Amino acid sequence: MKTLETLTFECETGNYHTFCPISCVAWLYQKIEDSFFLVVGTKTCGYFLQNALGVTIFAEPRYAMAELEEGDISAQLNDQEELGRICRQIKRDRDPSVIIWIGTCTTEIIKMDLEGIGPKLEKELGIPIIVARANGLDYAFTQGEDTVLAAMTHRCPEYNAQRYKQNQNSIEDIDESNITLVKSTRSLPNKQEQNNCILVLFGSLPSTVASQLNSELERQSIRVSGWLPSQRYIELPSLGKGVYVCGVNPFLSRTATTLMRRRKCQLIGAPFPIGPDGTRAWIEKICSVFNIEPYGLEERENKIWKGLKDYLGIVTGRSIFFMGDNLLEISIARFLIRCGMIVYEIGIPYLDKRYQAAELSLLRDTCIRMNTPMPRIVEKPDNYNQMQRMHELRPDLAITGMAHANPLEARGIDTKWSVEFTFAQIHGFINAKDVLELVTRPLRRNTDLGRLGWNNLSKQALTI
Amino acid sequence: MKLAYWMYAGPAHIGTLRIASSFRNVHAIMHAPLGDDYFNVMRSMLERERDFTPVTASIVDRHVLARGSQEKVINNINRKDEEQRPDLIVLTPTCTSSILQEDLQNFVDRASIHSVSDVILADVNHYRVNELQAADRTLEQIVRHCLDKARKQNRLDCSITDKPSANIIGTSTLGFHNQHDCRELKRLLQDLGIVVNQVVPEGGSLKDLKDLPRAWFNIIPYREIGLMTAILLEEEFGMPYISTTPMGILDTADFIGQIEEHINAWNFLLSKGSVHYKPYIENQTKFVSQAAWFSRSIDCQNLAGKEAVVFGDATHAASITKILVKEMGIHVSCSGTYCKHDMKWFSEQVGSLCNEILITEDHTEVGDTIACIEPFAIFGTQMERHIGKRLDIPCGVISSPVHIQNFPLGYRPFLGYEGTNQIADLVYNSFTLGMEDHLLDVFGGHDTKEVITKLLSTDTDLDWTSESQLELNKIPGFVRGRIKRNTEIFARQNNITKITVDVMYAAKEKLSD
Repeated sequence: MKTLETLTFECETGNYHTFCPISCVAWLYQKIEDSFFLVVGTKTCGYFLQNALGVTIFAEPRYAMAELEEGDISAQLNDQEELGRICRQIKRDRDPSVIIWIGTCTTEIIKMDLEGIGPKLEKELGIPIIVARANGLDYAFTQGEDTVLAAMTHRCPEYNAQRYKQNQNSIEDIDESNITLVKSTRSLPNKQEQNNCILVLFGSLPSTVASQLNSELERQSIRVSGWLPSQRYIELPSLGKGVYVCGVNPFLSRTATTLMRRRKCQLIGAPFPIGPDGTRAWIEKICSVFNIEPYGLEERENKIWKGLKDYLGIVTGRSIFFMGDNLLEISIARFLIRCGMIVYEIGIPYLDKRYQAAELSLLRDTCIRMNTPMPRIVEKPDNYNQMQRMHELRPDLAITGMAHANPLEARGIDTKWSVEFTFAQIHGFINAKDVLELVTRPLRRNTDLGRLGWNNLSKQALTI
Repeated sequence: MKLAYWMYAGPAHIGTLRIASSFRNVHAIMHAPLGDDYFNVMRSMLERERDFTPVTASIVDRHVLARGSQEKVINNINRKDEEQRPDLIVLTPTCTSSILQEDLQNFVDRASIHSVSDVILADVNHYRVNELQAADRTLEQIVRHCLDKARKQNRLDCSITDKPSANIIGTSTLGFHNQHDCRELKRLLQDLGIVVNQVVPEGGSLKDLKDLPRAWFNIIPYREIGLMTAILLEEEFGMPYISTTPMGILDTADFIGQIEEHINAWNFLLSKGSVHYKPYIENQTKFVSQAAWFSRSIDCQNLAGKEAVVFGDATHAASITKILVKEMGIHVSCSGTYCKHDMKWFSEQVGSLCNEILITEDHTEVGDTIACIEPFAIFGTQMERHIGKRLDIPCGVISSPVHIQNFPLGYRPFLGYEGTNQIADLVYNSFTLGMEDHLLDVFGGHDTKEVITKLLSTDTDLDWTSESQLELNKIPGFVRGRIKRNTEIFARQNNITKITVDVMYAAKEKLSD
């Protein structure tokens, strides 16, 4: 296979394995503590959820299925009455601050008017009802979160610049009087800028990671005014003209669009804070928008790289193949190229070239800097074809879904299942180590086992 | 619409895929949206399959919604045909595709024109049958397809084998301990001098199915999958079948007795001598299986009359209930199954053995029943295991749905004589663990847990004060639940909402009246 000089984009058949986007309830219900997720779908959706989410299902989760029966499909039953009955039951048992309906393929096909019924029941029940269509007809895996956040964007309160400024001033006054000592020790008090920037970050992250990113920005004197989603539904951030927004995950293009077009926010297009290189570029971009000279970032990045030395020893020079299923692929590949790996292929379900523009250009720069061939980017990949290519390329590591992981291992190709990247903490300087921990785990294990000579454990031929 | 958190049996297409991917060289193509191929993950993870699961999806997306699948399904079938040349391609509808009401049969017919592989459409209705019923149906459909084809080509061989032989029908991928059961059954048959003609679907090849009628009789170890096929073979070829599950000493003996009858019937026609398995059964029961001796040993005395609850699929729940009651003297308070479609058979089997029969697909109902009975042990699915954890009641897992730990690497059959040993261990371990826990409680063990209400669906109108909570915690665990419940009943009867220590004592007093 010839090496490529520029980034090339291909599109295949879309016959690939990924999780259904309704899986986003798994992490979102934990993130938004006062929410309840109701998936309006069939047994198939329910079966997927209960198996994919494993043990959480036994811990009285705040999600459930509204399972459609034959009467619902043939419209013998009234959707509004049925949903009303179920939501009243949820209200009685759990009393959530918000109910989020997840529309599925079935509601899409039978054209159930969730957006129409939602507001009526919302009025009747007195609980906000948000409708997100996270179905497998349109979306893959993490894009489910995108649809939920895009829908939630409409529920954020309106940002009022006047009132905000007053509040800020009063806070500042207190600051001035009480913490003058702290202030004077700060080396770069960009006070003017700090007052001007209203920054809301979007993307669901574990609260520790969110506060780590908050404090990274605080070091640059940028205060994050809020997160979408917030820890609780009732704490959603205000949005509107004059509010800057920045994404932390590569799969949030609908949310970004909604924030810009419907809420008139200004989007900061930056690479994503995955890996120390990404985190630095992300912070630098935000700083540049607010006219702040970044402070101490280079030292910080170098320090992190130094800490990764042991891992780099394992990954440098190794090759990797992303089959593609969660849209984090470009950012992780860019980080791993910077770590010295050779990426053959980046499979990705969907690529929004505008939303990911900064990330793509950082990927290109990184390849040039590291003097490695540009990987081919394959949108809507075809798993069967990928398997043939992998057979030819023999990568040291494949990042893949669980459907292919064991069969590939049996054929002597080390694998890391991609789903872990969506649940592990991979954002910011501090968590760069965790990404490499995940990537090197199969490599470390298999160096030990490799000596045993049991690498090929399948009787089938090496192709599928 | 139904509010559901969890389900026992999966959707229909899972059943079809289980059958299709159990056969060798059969490929299933699902007509499904992106993400519905989760079956591949389950097979690859739970069964730790080394090979790629032969299931792909012909993706239903927006374009399909707008314009119909058009050539997409046909192209996918023909592509798979060229890539892998399977013996059979099973086009599998999903819940999504069944509402689209595309003429899938038409796609199958058109794809068949070009493909070398046979192509069929799995004939299952998503909204009427579950995983198990669909699996049963698909197995019958595939067998019927192959037999019809062989008949047309005049390759059907109906002459019975020289030596007595049997087909084992119904062991499939993702089945509860099916691989081990199958090995144990083969061993049993070998002991009896019976040749295994075919095993379907697990590991079976479609090319061999034409020889199914050559066996003397069929064995259907599990009620859920295989009965339809057995009935088909009986109707078409007059092949008798045994649907008794050889689980437990008594049923295994019964099973072998039926084999004896079938063999001797043919032996009589062929003027061969008859076989007698009585001595074999006797020897196995008394000396090879440890279970008979075990239930006689003094260890097992402690189990006599202990309460248990059983829940699972029809086959396993019925068999385990029989074993507990008849072979171990355990008192089964409630026996239940989620196989609603087979409730009549189930009720007949366990009706005389337990106080209560529970037929439901709702796990909260099972949980509440268990919480009310407070048995010493539960034998159920993974869901019951978790209910047991919550209630501090040990649970032995005896049926699907299951987790990865129920696909053990070691040899753990539930059927046959080795199966009786495994089950005896499972039962004994569940109960002793429970007893040890109680002893710890009685002798001031490590109990610092607070008792919260045990029902899954609760009406918590009663308020325990902290003193009464403390008092309650002093009571040994094995009676604590009962005392708590009695106190609450007393409180409700007397319109008391706040339970103080005094109320507890009053309730106790009332009881001892």
